[in-house]
Amino acid sequence: MTWSQLPILTPVVLLVGATAVLLTGRIRPSLAHRLATATCASCFAIAIALAVQVHQHGPTHYALGGWSPPIGIALVADTLSVYFLLVITGIALLVMVGAAPAVERNTPGRSAEFFAISLIFLLGLSGIVLTGDLFNLYVFLEISSLSAYTLVSSGDERAGVAAFRYLILGTIGASFYLLGLGFLYSVTGTLNMADMAMRLDPAAVPVRLAAVMITVGIGLKMAIFPMHRWLPDAYTHASSTATALIAPIMTKVSAYVLIRILFFVFGTSMISIDLPIAQAIMWLSVAGVLVGSTMAIAQTDLKRMLAYSSVAQVAYIGVGIGLATPLALAGALLHVINHATMKCCLFLVVGAVELQTGNRKLSSLSGLGRKMPWTFAAFTAAAVAMIGLPPTGGFFSKWYLVLGGMATGEWWVVIFVLGASLLTATYFFRLLESIYTRQGSELAPIKEAPLAVALPIVILGLAVILFGLFNSSILDLFLRDAMPPGLVIPG
Amino acid sequence: MTEFLQALVIDRWAYVFTILLLSVGLYGLVMKKNLIKKLIGMNIFQTAVILFFIQQAYKHGGTVPIYNTTVGARPELYVNPLPHGLMLTAVVVSVATTGVALALLVLIHRRYETLNEDELLQRLRES
Repeated sequence: MTWSQLPILTPVVLLVGATAVLLTGRIRPSLAHRLATATCASCFAIAIALAVQVHQHGPTHYALGGWSPPIGIALVADTLSVYFLLVITGIALLVMVGAAPAVERNTPGRSAEFFAISLIFLLGLSGIVLTGDLFNLYVFLEISSLSAYTLVSSGDERAGVAAFRYLILGTIGASFYLLGLGFLYSVTGTLNMADMAMRLDPAAVPVRLAAVMITVGIGLKMAIFPMHRWLPDAYTHASSTATALIAPIMTKVSAYVLIRILFFVFGTSMISIDLPIAQAIMWLSVAGVLVGSTMAIAQTDLKRMLAYSSVAQVAYIGVGIGLATPLALAGALLHVINHATMKCCLFLVVGAVELQTGNRKLSSLSGLGRKMPWTFAAFTAAAVAMIGLPPTGGFFSKWYLVLGGMATGEWWVVIFVLGASLLTATYFFRLLESIYTRQGSELAPIKEAPLAVALPIVILGLAVILFGLFNSSILDLFLRDAMPPGLVIPG
Repeated sequence: MTEFLQALVIDRWAYVFTILLLSVGLYGLVMKKNLIKKLIGMNIFQTAVILFFIQQAYKHGGTVPIYNTTVGARPELYVNPLPHGLMLTAVVVSVATTGVALALLVLIHRRYETLNEDELLQRLRES
C-alpha cells in the first residue's frame, strides 16, 4: 500500500463498515455495535496516519479513478482537512464506544440500522473535508445531511416534526449552494477548488452573486443567526446519541466548508474588501452569540439549553471567520476542536443522566454530583470551558479571537467576549449549583453510569483541559500550516 | 424600458424562468400550511436549480455530445455534457431527499393524524 492512497481510505472504510454493520445486525445484533466501534477506531487511526503523512510530506493528493484534476475529482488532504478529519473521527469514536445502551433504549431492536446510518453520516462529513472538488462537496454534504435527518428522526415523539423542518431548511441551504456553484461553473468552466481559485475574477457579477448564495446556503447548514431556527428543535428531540454525534461535528464541518470556500477559493481580499461578506458573517454571528446565550438562560430542558448554547458557540466560530485576521481565524479553528470536545462531553452526560434517571429536566439534576461523581467532574470541566475560564480550551480560543480583533483595532471584541462569557456563566453556574449543593430525592437510587458510558465522558473532560494546556502545540502543529494563503500567524 | 424588457425576456429568458421557478418553490415552502405542499415547494426549488444547470449546457445548433464524423472535432458544435452528468447526481440527491421527507411525513401523520402545520402546532402544544 502506498501512503498516497490514505485520503480515499477513510470514506471507503466507513462505507464498507456501514454495509457490514447493517448485515451483521440481521444475523448477530450484538455484534453490530462492536463492528461500528471498530470501524470508527480504524478511521481514527487512518486520520492519525494521514496527519503524520501530511505533516512530513505536505498535502496529499489522490485522483479518483486515475483521472487527474481538474478533469477528474481529486481528494486533497492538507493540514486544514486533516485537522477537521481528526476532530470528526475522534469524536465519532468516543461517542460510539458508549453508545450501545442508549441506542438500544431509544431505538429498541433497530440499533444496527442506527449505527449503519451513523457511519454513513461520518462518511459524508469525512468526504466533505477531504474533497478538492466543489460538486463532490455538494454530494457529500447531502449524504451527511440526509443521514443527519434520519438520525434526528430516531429520537422522541416530536422528533419527526423537528427532522422534517431540518430537512426542508437543510435542502434549501444545499440548493442555494448548488445555485451559487452553477454561477461559478458558468464563468470558470471548472469545479476543482484549486483550479477555480486561479480562474476566478473577483470583480465579475456572477462570481459575487455566487459568493453571496454559497454563504447563505452554508450559513443555513451552520445555523448562523437568523438561520438557526431548525437547530434547537432538532438537537432537543433527537435521541441523546444522535445529538452527541451530530451537535459537535455537523455545524463545525459547515464552518469548514465556509472557510474552505471563502478563504481558499474566493480569497481573503475578495470576501473582506471587495464584498462585505466577512463583515456580514461577523455581525450576524455577534447577534447569534447574544441571542443563543440569552435563549439558553430561559430553558428548563437540559438538552434544549445546550442546543441554544450550541447556536451561541458556533457563532463564535463565525465571529472568527468574519474578523478574517490570522489570529481570529486561529481562534475560530481552535474553537472547533474545543467546542467539539466540550459539547460532545456535555451531550454525552445528558445521555448518561437520561439513561440512569430517565429524565432530563434541569430540576432532576439536583444532587447528582454526588451520585455520579466521575460523570459530573467531566461535566464541570466542560461547563467551565464553555464559560471560557483558564486553563480550559474554551478560554484560549476566545483569547485568540480577542487578539485577532485587537490586531485590526476592533476593540469591541474584548467587551463582547467578556459579556457573552457572563451570559454563559449565568446558566452554567446555575446548573453547577443545583448539581453539587442541592439535595436530590434520596428515594431513587441512582448509580454512576456503566464504564463504557462513563469512560468517553471522562476522556473528553480531560481533553477539554489538555487542549487548553497544550493550545500552543495545536497552534504550531496544525493551525500555522492550515492558514489560507495570505494569512500568517505572527510569532 | 422596452429595450430593457427585450434584453431581459429575449436574451436572458432562461434566467427569468429560473428565478420564477425559484420564487414559486419558495412561496410554496413559506406560505403553504400543508406539509406535503411544503415538500412540493421544496421539490420545485430543487428542480429550478437543476434546470438552471441544464440550460447552461445548451448551445444553439449544438448536437449530442457523442463524437460524430460529420461534425468532427469541433467542441463548439457539441452540447456540454458535464452539467447533465452533474444534474443526474443532483436528481438522485433530490429523489433521496424526497424519499426521506415522505417517510418523515408518514411518521408525523401516524402520530398526530394531521399534516396541517397549524393543527400540528396545536397538537404539539397540547401534548
